Amino acid sequence: MPKLIKRCLPVLVGAGAVALGALIAAAWVRTQENGGAMTRAVLEALPDSGVSNPVTAVLLNFRGFDTLLEVAVLMLTLIAVWALDLRLPRTEALPPSPVFSSLLRFSGPLLVVIAGYLLWVGASEPGGAFQAGAVLAGGCLLLRLAGRWNPGARFVRWAVSVGLLVFLLTAIAMPGLTGGLLQYPPASAGMWILLIETAATVSIAAILAALFVAREPEGPRR
Amino acid sequence: MTLWWSTLCVAAPLLASVLLFLRPKRTAGIALVAVTLVLIGALGLAVVLHDSGPQFIAIGGWGAPLGIGWRIDGLTVTMLLMAGIVGWPVTIYALDYFGGAAGGRHFWPLWMLLLTALCALFLSNDLFNWYVTLELLGLSAVALVTLSGKQAALDAAQRYLYTGLVGSLFYLLGVALIYNAYGVLDLAVLREVTEPTLAVWVALGLMAVGLLVKSALFPLHFWLPAAHGSAPAPVSAILSALVVKGAFYILLRLWFDLVPAALPGAVSVILGALGAGAIIWGSLQAIRATRLKMLVAYSTVAQLGYLALFFPLSGAGEWGNAALTGVVYFMVAHACAKGAMFLAAGNLQRAAGHDNLVSLAPTAQALPVSMFAFAIAGVSIMGLPPSGGFIAKWSLLSAAIGSGGWIWVVVMIAGGLLSAGYIFRVLSLSFSESGAEPKPELAPVAKSSEWASLLLASIALLLGLNALPVLDLLSIGLPRIG
Amino acid sequence: MMVADLYALVGVVLFVMGLSALILRSRDLQRILGLNIMGTGVFMLLVTSAHGDGQAADPVPHAMVLTGIVVAVSATAFALALSLARERHK
Repeated sequence: MPKLIKRCLPVLVGAGAVALGALIAAAWVRTQENGGAMTRAVLEALPDSGVSNPVTAVLLNFRGFDTLLEVAVLMLTLIAVWALDLRLPRTEALPPSPVFSSLLRFSGPLLVVIAGYLLWVGASEPGGAFQAGAVLAGGCLLLRLAGRWNPGARFVRWAVSVGLLVFLLTAIAMPGLTGGLLQYPPASAGMWILLIETAATVSIAAILAALFVAREPEGPRR
Repeated sequence: MTLWWSTLCVAAPLLASVLLFLRPKRTAGIALVAVTLVLIGALGLAVVLHDSGPQFIAIGGWGAPLGIGWRIDGLTVTMLLMAGIVGWPVTIYALDYFGGAAGGRHFWPLWMLLLTALCALFLSNDLFNWYVTLELLGLSAVALVTLSGKQAALDAAQRYLYTGLVGSLFYLLGVALIYNAYGVLDLAVLREVTEPTLAVWVALGLMAVGLLVKSALFPLHFWLPAAHGSAPAPVSAILSALVVKGAFYILLRLWFDLVPAALPGAVSVILGALGAGAIIWGSLQAIRATRLKMLVAYSTVAQLGYLALFFPLSGAGEWGNAALTGVVYFMVAHACAKGAMFLAAGNLQRAAGHDNLVSLAPTAQALPVSMFAFAIAGVSIMGLPPSGGFIAKWSLLSAAIGSGGWIWVVVMIAGGLLSAGYIFRVLSLSFSESGAEPKPELAPVAKSSEWASLLLASIALLLGLNALPVLDLLSIGLPRIG
Repeated sequence: MMVADLYALVGVVLFVMGLSALILRSRDLQRILGLNIMGTGVFMLLVTSAHGDGQAADPVPHAMVLTGIVVAVSATAFALALSLARERHK
């Protein structure tokens, strides 16, 4: 009997999947597209948002609270991975080779410049903290593989959490300036967003690199 | 003032999580302060609500449809109070539980992030913001389950993680369908514009399935017993008391603001039938359980079934309001009672080093305070007066009787009897003869842990003795049914 | 209009494909991939919903997808680590 179920299961699941998919597709295709009121609302408020890239405006201003929680999700993930205590073998430094070290010498500064550019350009074009952080994380990993960098526990913890800390403190400081949570003064909104994004870039880079290493840095000896 | 109180509920635990992460060795006092601040924030909101009615906050100052809104009414504040009231004894308990253990330095920031997610969820009124809070809540809950480090806990955590992620994706797919049709995420706006089209029905179906998976309604409860049963005791208490209520809260909001009036009655009857299934199946499994914590976990499966009974009763005309009061009161009473039960069970488990029911009698007799807490919590779970559980079940029962839903009356009475079955199984440990067996070596249990469980159980009882203030608070801005 | 429907269709197919894989496959890596495929399907639908007739694309779904991707990355990292932790325990 279990054998029969086992043989039938793919068929049943397949049939169920097709039925569910057909239902969703039918519901989607038969829907009239929304009238684009949200697009107009975003474009109307864009001049007051402090940035000219509408996606950045949504992420950091109009729906900034989502992004604040998203940065918290990132930090949470790292704590969760550390708590698993994987005891991975220490990532050994690659043997020194002229190719690798010249790659590093060439690409290291370039990655920092690219990350800085991506962060800056996010205000007006596609780009922003996550993209910049991902590039920077790549640089950190290169350094680590070369055995050139093994940051201390305290540094790692600050780098991981500075993004959330700055974002949160900015959010709760705003009522003092404008009377609203996460409500920037329109004149200086661009500056506040850049501040938050810079801190977030550092944290995103640190978290992505630390997730790759997957090993909690040990604190100072007791 | 509304802004400050509500911000406090979210910002205090979030800031605490960062501080606890930065200073892993200097811990726990910060967590206690943060939980206290959540409680103060919730109380502050209750006062504001009492004086000037429901409140709305536009985060970022944009307002709907552009920005995210917080909606603060009786339901919101009752839930926030629930989180604070359960969180406080759990934190006291965890201070000792995780004090020496290596898992402690991870527990504190994770617990604070979970509390942040929960408070943000209760305040929010935005479909996508709920998705983010659900993920923050779900991931921190899974991470907390893994803290015991045992194989069973890791297996349960993985199942919990995958199931939770599927639930979130179903929910998000529903949100995508709604957004495609209306271009709005704010519930207050959607309430005005949604019509009973195919897209809305499919979207609601997908969101409901996702949320029911997360709130473990039978037969989608399969992930719950192992996860709640194998987690460290304070984590079990948090999961059973608070986390499952988060998803159900969103479901309640959607039910009032998004479900068109044209909903076929069969749907709510099916939901009610699932609830009835949960009550019967969960209770029977609890009666058959061999481990104390599994017994308590299956009791959660059963008790969550009562929440689903709300759906068929909400359509019962003027009795719908009694059903709504009942279900919300049930959430709060269950949170306190079940939290207390898991804390008490954790005390027994720590003292004995195991939680096999057959050989737990000497341990139970050595820990009278914990057993007393379990007994009081049991009174509320069984729905006997004078307890919060009684008030909740009484409201649900009167709604069922008033609307002639006799089948639900039978289910609720049967559920009460079955719950007596498994609770007396535990209480009988206190009175059974331990015979001539040598007394087992018991590990010491901190007084604070015993009293924390008793405190939470007493609150469950107090909810029955002093129900009016809570009912008054709850009724502020509550949707009128019928 | 047709193109947008095609995108949506692909999104739906990805969603149910990922779901089937999650149910039918038993190895952790395959199931984690299934979850990611499901997620990609939803993101595709969200991006499709940004499509407006003849006017600028709606930025809000783009922002939702970016947030969703970060959450998906986090969940995937955690799922992989958890799978590894179970392996080591055996």
